[in-house]
Amino acid sequence: MSFTDFFRKKTSSNVAKDRLKLVLVSDRAGCSPEIMEQIKNDIIAVISRYIEIDLEGLDIKITQTESEGNNGSVPALFANIPIKDLKNPKK
Amino acid sequence: MGEVIVVTSGKGGVGKTTSTANIGTGLAKLDKKVVLVDTDIGLRNLDVVMGLENRIVYNLVDVIEGNCRIKQALIKDKRYPNLYLLPSAQTRDKTAVSPEQMKKLSEELKEEFDYILMDCPAGIEQGFKNAIAGADRALVVTTPEVSAVRDADRIIGLLEANEIKQSHLIVNRLRTDMVKRGDMMSSEDVVEILAIELIGIVPDDENIVVSTNQGEPLVGSDTLAGQAYMNICRRIMGEEIPFLDLNTKQGLFSKIANLLKKN
Repeated sequence: MSFTDFFRKKTSSNVAKDRLKLVLVSDRAGCSPEIMEQIKNDIIAVISRYIEIDLEGLDIKITQTESEGNNGSVPALFANIPIKDLKNPKK
Repeated sequence: MGEVIVVTSGKGGVGKTTSTANIGTGLAKLDKKVVLVDTDIGLRNLDVVMGLENRIVYNLVDVIEGNCRIKQALIKDKRYPNLYLLPSAQTRDKTAVSPEQMKKLSEELKEEFDYILMDCPAGIEQGFKNAIAGADRALVVTTPEVSAVRDADRIIGLLEANEIKQSHLIVNRLRTDMVKRGDMMSSEDVVEILAIELIGIVPDDENIVVSTNQGEPLVGSDTLAGQAYMNICRRIMGEEIPFLDLNTKQGLFSKIANLLKKN
């Protein structure tokens, strides 16, 4: 971060750029909101068999991530799944 | 053998028709033989932007359906020796034409003209498929707004899927004052997001409205937009032209800010 960035609040053009980058990742992946919803439900169903998860705090989206190789950023499925109760696994 | 260039954008109202008119006229001014084809069937517009609306006899659908020969439907623009318009039909819709027919028409026009510019309708449906069917290359027009850039990205994907080998980007209606304030994405921002080669930046210029009112493309005139369009024409012909400096009125404060940023 440079000296001037420190004092400057995020400009609307930067907001636009960041929003666009995110929306284009899922556009390019050809993932419609319906498909994302299905993926989400399937993941919930699988994980819920083993542990209790917090459905409220659950967040699944497609984002960009730096790849470990040298081909820059690649799309990735990002899932944040808070666990409610790990000690008492479901029987 | 000519080259077929489709001017497309996805989103409506970003300046496809204005760009087609100005680039076509500019290429004609540079001594190329040019035909502009309005492929937006049912929503004819290129004729009024060119100021040729009173001279239409036959249209694109007449040519496709064999009601007339191509030569009969072409309107010669008397202001330039090498410029022609093939107008669209106003009373039909996009289903009147198929991509195969457009491809055949493109091949025939290529025999006669150096450049064939296809003004594409908005959207990604049949009208779009018709317009790109015979295209060798594409000019993707966008404005620095999220909706237009998103649609441009979709269009670029579809152009690649249809094996259009060359796609170039035109960033239209750029307002440098807003870019400087941080309230509009810069052309660099848009290029970074869309990742295709830039061929022109057209500033937001009131003269465009005046020129459209009068039906006279302003390419080559002593206006910022006029110069920007002429530069695009030269780049299309393969010349290397530096991008216009739109930042001539940089204030003292932004100069200091830029200095600080570099450190």
